[in-house]
Amino acid sequence: MSLGSPATTDLVTETTPVATSTSAGPELVQLLTPEGERVEHPDYPLSLSDDEYRAMYRDLVLVRRIDVEATALQRQGELGIWAALLGQEAAQVGSGRALRPQDFAFPTYREHGVAWCRGVDPLRLLGLFRGVSNGGWDPQEKRFNLYTIVIGSQTLHATGYAMGITMDGAVGDADTAEAAIAYFGDGASSQGDVNEAFVWASVYNAPIVFFCQNNQWGISTPTGHQTRIPLYQRARGFGFPGVRVDGNDVLASYAVTRKALDDARTGQGPTLVEAFTYRMGAHTTSDDPTRYRLASELEAWKLKDPLERMKAFLYKQQIVDGGFFEALDAESADLAARIRQGCLAMPDPDPLSLFDNVYAETTQVLRDEREEFAQYLAGFSGGQH
Amino acid sequence: MAQLTMAKALNEGLRKSMEDDAKVVIMGEDVGKLGGVFRVSDGLQKDFGEHRVMDTPLAESGIIGTAIGLAIRGYRPVCEIQFDGFVYPAFDQIVSQLAKIHARSAGQVKMPITVRIPFGGGIGAVEHHSESPEAYFAHTAGLKVVACSNPLDAYFMIQQAIASDDPVVFFEAKRRYWEKAEVDTSAVPAPLWHARVVRPGTDVTLVAYGPMVKTCLDAATAAEEEGRSLEVVDLRSLSPLDFPTVFASVRRTGRLVVVHEAPKSIGLGAEIAARCSEELYYEMEAPVLRVTGFDTPYPPSRLEEEYLPDLDRVLHAVDRSLGY
Ligand SMILES: Cc1ncc(C[n+]2csc(CCOP(=O)(O)OP(=O)(O)O)c2C)c(N)n1
Ligand SMILES: [Mg+2]
Repeated sequence: MSLGSPATTDLVTETTPVATSTSAGPELVQLLTPEGERVEHPDYPLSLSDDEYRAMYRDLVLVRRIDVEATALQRQGELGIWAALLGQEAAQVGSGRALRPQDFAFPTYREHGVAWCRGVDPLRLLGLFRGVSNGGWDPQEKRFNLYTIVIGSQTLHATGYAMGITMDGAVGDADTAEAAIAYFGDGASSQGDVNEAFVWASVYNAPIVFFCQNNQWGISTPTGHQTRIPLYQRARGFGFPGVRVDGNDVLASYAVTRKALDDARTGQGPTLVEAFTYRMGAHTTSDDPTRYRLASELEAWKLKDPLERMKAFLYKQQIVDGGFFEALDAESADLAARIRQGCLAMPDPDPLSLFDNVYAETTQVLRDEREEFAQYLAGFSGGQH
Repeated sequence: MAQLTMAKALNEGLRKSMEDDAKVVIMGEDVGKLGGVFRVSDGLQKDFGEHRVMDTPLAESGIIGTAIGLAIRGYRPVCEIQFDGFVYPAFDQIVSQLAKIHARSAGQVKMPITVRIPFGGGIGAVEHHSESPEAYFAHTAGLKVVACSNPLDAYFMIQQAIASDDPVVFFEAKRRYWEKAEVDTSAVPAPLWHARVVRPGTDVTLVAYGPMVKTCLDAATAAEEEGRSLEVVDLRSLSPLDFPTVFASVRRTGRLVVVHEAPKSIGLGAEIAARCSEELYYEMEAPVLRVTGFDTPYPPSRLEEEYLPDLDRVLHAVDRSLGY
């Protein structure tokens, strides 16, 4: 860069690799090919029962159904917005099912599949996007924190929680010890909070898994604008291992996360898991991806669809028949109908609930404000206005 | 003269600044190819290149911190914070660095940085997308803070903010982005730090800024039908505040209602009320009243109409003011 003509130096195009990639490189951990062939990986042996395989597929199907229904409800004006997980079902169900009941998950705003695995009623998620609540469930009961919209914040919360696990002596035993998992995106990987979480987790050897869904996009920004190296390699510089898993492969996502969680709970510290996947839909229902990405990219990823490959696998294993799929179709339709009805029936909150729970111990200023507003509202029903 | 939305007027203003000064660069999340989530920078990357309109990594502290470095190097950065609630990761850079560098360097280092922030509620969004954080910045010495309420002001104010050698936090009333008005680009703009009487009246003064200006104008129209004449002042600049314009209006009417979306306590309204009581104690017929958001977190969107000041709440305060 010469002092005289700095404006002519192209800061971005010179240094930034172009757009996103559909190929993840040889380091990718995969247990199921896009065609549904089962392959082995030396570090991640996995044998599930037929029932467990079927259950994984059921989760994938139902989670997608929830997502599709929510998108439809948004289109019909019943939700303010919806952040679809379309394409990321395997990363979420795989990692979500790897969690033990005692583990604690810290999601972003897109972890509907993990919420499902933690037993959060999908209607609670819809409530947030409908605008009736900013929370919706009891994080302690579900061991699933509230959704976090501010990018990256929750990675520090998860790290602190994991430090608490260590302080409580709940690390060590392979069966009963606890671990935390922090979900975040490729975009989030640039945030200061996320990098600070890496430092803390490393220094305190915290029992945590950082689960990054690299869905190739942060709104319109491709992952190549956030990093010059594969994201999983970032971990090394912070002092803990990183692994890249095929996020569209539910079995690999499950096996890799399970191992990372077990390492954490047995005192071996953090792991960064980069789930290589794709955001098949828009960023949210407010977004228009045709402005920034090519349709051909989506077509390439459709060939790696997480549901299709698991379906092909089940057929190849000969552990399902037509009846299984029919029953699952019916179950999904029922679930969708329940969600739809539940959403339409969701009442608006009471206006005075605005003033609830602002503090553990409310204040006189707030009580007075509430009273004044109550009187104001009563004036309308009394016809004074 | 063209009919422009406020978003388009801002876009045209940015374009003009970039044409006029090669040192002006735009940086932020999704501002380039997408043109920003509100399309305020639509088309600018295409026309000015990726080095002048940068899709940055996703990190607000990084955006402001590197803008400061660029400014030291002689650039004039315009930073976009995607939504009000996402400015806080950059708070340290704005308050501890951006605001203070000019004073610390004994005036040797200028910080001609504009921080654009779409702000306020009323668009049915999820949490953190509807906040009004202006008081934090107006409370910070070294920052100038402005809020545009309409397309014509938007077109000129953004250019004036960019041209300013002081850092300017530039609030854009996001629910007014799509409202259209005539924009005469050949008009001579008022100075950036001046408030404006946008509707003259005689009975009560309404002082507002950003999204609440339209609400107050609507209230004034409704009040007129009941024979009441309300004067509406658009502050435009929140720091510095243009007290002479406010005082002159309150001298005419004797009554003042301040309206903002931000919570009441320790907000802009409190400052204006205090200054009026210091300056106009004997000239006011009623105490200064405030119509504001509540001292609560911004609620889920199904309650935002209750939270946000509306025409009825403004007129209710006008009634109370006239009742003294
Ligand atoms: C601190 C902060 N800045 C900006 C935003 C606006 N925003 C919401 S989602 C998003 C992109 C996130 O990308 P990524 O982390 O990859 O997650 P993804 O949406 O792809 O799941 C941005 C910029 C935000 N929510 N929080
Ligand atoms: Mg992403």
